[in-house]
Amino acid sequence: MNAGSHTVVAVIASCSQVVAVAVGGLVLIGLMRKVRAHLEGRVGAPILQPMFDVRKLFRKERLRPDQATWIFPLAPVVLVATVAVAAAITPLVTTGPALSTGSDFFALVYLLLVGSTLLALAGMDAGTAFGGMGSSRAVTIGALAEPALLVTILALSATAHSSNLPAIVRATLADPGSVATPQRLFALGALLVVIVAESGRLPVDNPATHLELTMVHEAMILEYAGPDLAFVTVGEAMRLTLLLGVFVNLVAPWGIATTTNVAAVAVGLVTLVAKVAVVGLALAVFEVFTAKLRLFRLPELLAGAFVLALLGVVSGLVVK
Amino acid sequence: MSASTYASVLGLTAAVVLLCAVVTLWRRTLRAIIRVLAVQGLALACVAMVVGLRRHDTGLIVVAVLVLAAKAIVVPMLITRVVRHDPASRETQPLVNVPASLVAAGALTILAFAVTRSVTALVPTPAGRLIPLGLAAMLVGFFALVTRRKAVSQIVGILLVDNGVALVAFLATAGVPLIVELGASLDVLLAVVVLQVLAARLRSLLGSFDLDRLTELHD
Repeated sequence: MNAGSHTVVAVIASCSQVVAVAVGGLVLIGLMRKVRAHLEGRVGAPILQPMFDVRKLFRKERLRPDQATWIFPLAPVVLVATVAVAAAITPLVTTGPALSTGSDFFALVYLLLVGSTLLALAGMDAGTAFGGMGSSRAVTIGALAEPALLVTILALSATAHSSNLPAIVRATLADPGSVATPQRLFALGALLVVIVAESGRLPVDNPATHLELTMVHEAMILEYAGPDLAFVTVGEAMRLTLLLGVFVNLVAPWGIATTTNVAAVAVGLVTLVAKVAVVGLALAVFEVFTAKLRLFRLPELLAGAFVLALLGVVSGLVVK
Repeated sequence: MSASTYASVLGLTAAVVLLCAVVTLWRRTLRAIIRVLAVQGLALACVAMVVGLRRHDTGLIVVAVLVLAAKAIVVPMLITRVVRHDPASRETQPLVNVPASLVAAGALTILAFAVTRSVTALVPTPAGRLIPLGLAAMLVGFFALVTRRKAVSQIVGILLVDNGVALVAFLATAGVPLIVELGASLDVLLAVVVLQVLAARLRSLLGSFDLDRLTELHD
């Protein structure tokens, strides 16, 4: 195969990653709600309900607050765009997606942060009390999760001697024993806590309620309606799926395509869907048995994640 | 057991010992703290067992079984008896709050790593490299001792220190002779029994395990 067809396959793989994250994200949200409903003894909405909701929202009228500036309509689009770019370059289906040299862990984190920051600004933009409160809480959680995340990346990139995500995944594939080291396990534990915090799931935030005193993310996007809200919903679902996809490929990268041929990419896609579905189901089951933490207890959780990541780094220095 | 499996299993179990020490700082319910202590005892027994199997040392394997019985089952059971009467008792107001204690635990781990560099240089085995983890567990135990207010969590602090010492012993010299280990284990067991009686007495006098309320001397 020549270099040209390699690039073509890489681009196809990247496109399939974006589509999988976008479509799969909404299905995953529906699936998690369905599982929760079943465990709570309810029938629950169909698994495809989030998709129907988004379709309905896209058909609705575009309503925006009078006082809002250009940030308000910009934020949802930027959110979806940054997550889509991140989904295109991270190793989800293949270890060699297009632009994989730029697929750094830090780049991924800060790409996602661009969307969250704009959304927090948009929350304050409309000038309502709830939006500002939601933004302030969301930014606080983000700021607490940041140190934990940075130390986690340090711990994860130590084995591959690189913070390039495809390099980390390839190093794991080459040395399967490295998954069971304390360094990796601690770092993955910390990463899971950070993912839960960043994507606003229980016990950090309850995505299913609109209770004034406790809501975080829902308060921030309260002013959004119609197509804007649809973009926000899709963006958030995509972010959760992307983060879970990165997580599963760090835990168990087996099945991911390492060669540039279409069949391997197809296998990679199927295994990715299966792995993310399993982790999503586990998360949904966990959420049934968890209550939301009080906001003032959150620093404890995230400090715990920070120390866990730190233990990962330290034990990485100890265990060779 | 191949050399690499041995190293990774040993690393994993030793890391669990330290992790449990840190988790005791994080949990508030006394009952949960005791459960974590039991898990730590189990991990410690696994360390001894793995080292014993690797060295074909029957004495160490016996010690591992003893550690399992004492530190994972009997001692936690004894302490559970103390909190049996108020199962909801919590470490509500430690002198240092939980996030700060966790960060302090991280700092202590780094300190342990820094000060044991010369020791680990003396024992260039896979087990020897893990000595900092044992020292860190010990330091975290000391930290729990000085910052917690309830009698029960202070007992747990002492036991964390003891477990840390035991971990260092297993890793550095493949454990102490059986008779010394027996003596030390019985010592700890006795100390726990005495402390248990003391804590129960404290509770019946003051209605709580809060040591800060011991402000007056009485006959």
